[in-house]
Amino acid sequence: MLILHCPYCGVDADETELSPGGEAHLKRAGPGTPDDAFERYLFHRENPKGVHFERWRHASGCGKWFHAARCTVTMEVFGTYPAQVTEPPQEICDRITGKRPGWSWGAFS
Amino acid sequence: MSTRLASGGRLLDRSKAVDFTFNGKRMRGFAGDTLASALLANGQTLVGRSFKYHRPRGIVASGAEEPNALVNLGQGPRHEPNQRATTTELFDGLRATSQNHWPSLEFDVGVINNYASRFLPAGFYYKTFMAPRPAWKHVFEPFIRQSAGLGKAPKDRDADIYEHFYAHVDVLVIGGGIAGLAAARQAGAAGARVLLIEQTAHWGGRAPVDGAEIDGMPAAEWVNDTVEALEAEENIRLRRRCMGAGIYDHGYVMAYERLGDHDPQEGLPRHRLWKIRAKQVVTATGAIERPLSFAGNDLPGVMLAGAIRDYVVNWGVSPGDRTVVVTNNDDAYRTALALKQAGLEVPAIIDARPAPASPLIQAARDLGIKVETGRAVAKVKGRARVEGVAVSAQAGEGAALQDITCDAVAMSGGWSPVVHLWSHCGGKLVWDEENAHFRPDVARPPIGADGAGFVRAAGIANGAMGTRDVLADADAQGRAAALACGHKRRKKTAPSAAAEEAAPLEPVWLMPQGAGAALRAKMWLDFQNDVKVSDVQLAAREGFESVEHTKRYTTLGMATDQGKLSNINGLAVLSQSLNEEIPQVGTTTFRPPYTPISMGAIAGEARGAIFQPLRRTPMHDWHAENGAYWEPVGHWRRPYCYQRPGESVEEAVQREVRNTRENLGLLDASTLGKILVKGADAGKFLDMMHTNMMSTLKPGRCRYGLMCTENGFLTDDGVVARIDDETFLCHTTTGGADRIHAHMEEWLQTEWWDWKVWTANLTEQYAQVAVVGPKAREVLDLMGGMDLSAGALPFMGWADGQIGDFKVRVYRISFSGELSFEIAVDAHRGRAFWDALLEAGAGFGVMPYGTEALHIMRAEKGFIMIGDETDGTVIPQDLGLDWAISKKKTDYLGKRAQERTHMTDPDRWKLVGLETLDGSVLPDGAYATAPDSNANGQRNVQGRVTSTYHSPTLNRGIAMGLVKHGPDRMGEVLEFPRTDGGKAAVKAKIVSPVFYDPDGEKQNV
Ligand SMILES: [Zn+2]
Repeated sequence: MLILHCPYCGVDADETELSPGGEAHLKRAGPGTPDDAFERYLFHRENPKGVHFERWRHASGCGKWFHAARCTVTMEVFGTYPAQVTEPPQEICDRITGKRPGWSWGAFS
Repeated sequence: MSTRLASGGRLLDRSKAVDFTFNGKRMRGFAGDTLASALLANGQTLVGRSFKYHRPRGIVASGAEEPNALVNLGQGPRHEPNQRATTTELFDGLRATSQNHWPSLEFDVGVINNYASRFLPAGFYYKTFMAPRPAWKHVFEPFIRQSAGLGKAPKDRDADIYEHFYAHVDVLVIGGGIAGLAAARQAGAAGARVLLIEQTAHWGGRAPVDGAEIDGMPAAEWVNDTVEALEAEENIRLRRRCMGAGIYDHGYVMAYERLGDHDPQEGLPRHRLWKIRAKQVVTATGAIERPLSFAGNDLPGVMLAGAIRDYVVNWGVSPGDRTVVVTNNDDAYRTALALKQAGLEVPAIIDARPAPASPLIQAARDLGIKVETGRAVAKVKGRARVEGVAVSAQAGEGAALQDITCDAVAMSGGWSPVVHLWSHCGGKLVWDEENAHFRPDVARPPIGADGAGFVRAAGIANGAMGTRDVLADADAQGRAAALACGHKRRKKTAPSAAAEEAAPLEPVWLMPQGAGAALRAKMWLDFQNDVKVSDVQLAAREGFESVEHTKRYTTLGMATDQGKLSNINGLAVLSQSLNEEIPQVGTTTFRPPYTPISMGAIAGEARGAIFQPLRRTPMHDWHAENGAYWEPVGHWRRPYCYQRPGESVEEAVQREVRNTRENLGLLDASTLGKILVKGADAGKFLDMMHTNMMSTLKPGRCRYGLMCTENGFLTDDGVVARIDDETFLCHTTTGGADRIHAHMEEWLQTEWWDWKVWTANLTEQYAQVAVVGPKAREVLDLMGGMDLSAGALPFMGWADGQIGDFKVRVYRISFSGELSFEIAVDAHRGRAFWDALLEAGAGFGVMPYGTEALHIMRAEKGFIMIGDETDGTVIPQDLGLDWAISKKKTDYLGKRAQERTHMTDPDRWKLVGLETLDGSVLPDGAYATAPDSNANGQRNVQGRVTSTYHSPTLNRGIAMGLVKHGPDRMGEVLEFPRTDGGKAAVKAKIVSPVFYDPDGEKQNV
């Protein structure tokens, strides 16, 4: 039962208020994408033991989508940030580096 | 025989007699008794039968760890099976019955399993019941079902009420023994908001029974003073009969409060489920005593030493006249002393240790109790209960040195900290060599959102042994928990107790250590599930090296007590068999709840009328008053049809269809989703959401649209109306409104956040009525106010205007194939508008119709229904909807996916109509068979029915289905085996899915 801070309305939201949206920072692949790249976009997901970036929606709250960086092992939350970005903010990455030196996730580290 | 002592019992009120029955027999106890203590006081040592061998079982423990004394409680709507007698407080009129025996507790046929026990070893079920396959259904399963199974499941609706509670606290302390009290006291002094919960009805735990002294006074006195002081603090809340059931991520804790079990009262909640968010949790959950593994340790009369002490001291109950104590540690000596003080005989203390020495041991000797060191119980004598023990050397194989006559045995294998709650959320354990138990590894606690630990174990639950260490540890943990929440107001002096000098415990996993096979096959580990030392050893020999596998193979620890007594002993036997150290073998996973909680508590108030919220359209009450036969659709309830007196549901539906086709029908369409999409980029956005081109739609016009997921599959459909250049109103299915609105928002917020588009879900802002049938225009003209002629408002157009007294928006769209106007009014005018239509329509034969008539009419027209023709694996192209897929657009959600080879495969099943040769109705969901079978021996199939109805218009069965190469096989006949077990397959011809008015002449007038 996680608690995540909604970066829009400022509420520390109980998991019952949130709906999960899977992996964050997916890059949409449309027509013209080769089969293997499209397969990666549609189906292949990170499943890390450790640092992870996820999408969540404050569904029973302000309705906004946001991103959360957390550890899938300890449930430690490194931070949440709005969904209108293509990569995690530097500040979040720095915080993760402080706690999990040498981390990497997808294209980020 | 057990009996009541003439005096004593610190929890009893001997002035208040309490009457109860056990298996119909009238018995009497006192206020303050548990059912277990009262049964023992009445000489009822036999309380149940074991699960597999149906061996006689007596009470072993005095608390939540009890494996044997499970009973049925109550009757009728208050019947509940598998209740532990040890945690059931006695009340006047309590009715208990024993379980798992037939025909009676005293004489049980299933005990035959006992004599057959060498044929029923570990893994018996797996080995025996493998083949032949039909034997499962006819032989094995009925046998297992008859012989297995604990209490009876209740049959009636639960008569009690339950509720949920929410609490946010700084520090939650679980366990109200002296450790929990000390922790809560210090955390509260620091200024933290504290909630202290205790699963039993009494504060103080074991300390008052064990006779400790705290701060110079008897423990019981210190407990009373402390509770009184805590209750006076406004920042500390205390709850008894409230068990910490589970600890979850980020300080979420579930607790289970039993409000009415001890005092049933009409109209008050019986149980309460607490959902607690705590910044810090202190688990002061105590410890559980371990049984010793000697032959016959399951006989009624063999009990945990601590439990016997509880029964003597707390409830004035004698377990027997002569109790032999058998132990590997000092604590059991307290039981011998308590028995002696109560005037009962202790013929001997059998101590497995070679030469232990301590003040406690000396005290026993001083009372004249014989202490036999280096000795073991080779076996317990007796059939249905203890009659004596054979004593041997612990070091040997069990050759009897002497026999001792006795009627009870008090055993102690040491104490295991209750680490369940610590472990639920990832807290790790370490093996403590000295005390031979697992305790919390303080370096690896459960982690909270901030990356720091949020659970602290305190007292013996943390491995602190002896009153002095328990208090010191708990005091420090309470202080640390408060500090971790930022509270440091005051610090109180820690409570103190004298140091105790004890002889070290010696681990004893087999008694005697060299016991042979015959003895090992009579040493019980799991009393409830009948798992013996020999079973675990067999599992190890057969290659089950993982403790999790052994558990499932032998069913060790899988009973309702979840192995509270058996886990560590079983683990030790397994590790010895594998020749490994205990910590290397590890423990099984501890899972919540700590003890079973009632289903009623989990459901709480969510039952009956308030199981879930009901959404009502503005016309809901009219439907209810006019024979609506309801169909749940999402959270809505829609009329399936309106039944008239004496009419069947089927007759009503057929009437409604006929009347709509011939005269005039009204449909409450208010539940349809209505999502407003607005902004400079609205057209561009809808072009991405739909397969169709929406940006070219002219204001004033409507277009039927399809929506797909990014995977290409059809997810929703509905008519889109363009209101103005920047504004569209998207209709969705009834069930799809919230989902599609969320789907739009997801893409807008996370992919195209720079597009200028806003959405609003207006579903409940409007009431919408479909006015349908050849007389639809006439009735609206009669009401007047708006030109609704084909010239003024052509098919697939919409217009704002006035009808009668009502401000309306009229959509000329049709889902029935008839002339149809869907008219939206402000929600608060919905009922008045509905009434006005009924009044005006009286002369035109108006009748409301329900969802089933709607479905039949759309099927007659060959219109698809999301959820019938689609199931998440169907693409628009399968349904012949290519005309609704834009060829001009470079992109839309699902376009790339629909280009995949599997999606363009010509062998995909496609939509067709199906007409039975005999006019009957095809079974829903039936498959069309194809020649031969597949590799699994299953019949090949070539299509399936997606919608099927009796059409009153055509007076025959009609259906739609997906069929391989279907559109190219018009006229071919397929066979559909029945789904109800009937023999003859139904034959149906492949036809066009449009059964009615294929040219659309009826709707376009
Ligand atoms: Zn929010």
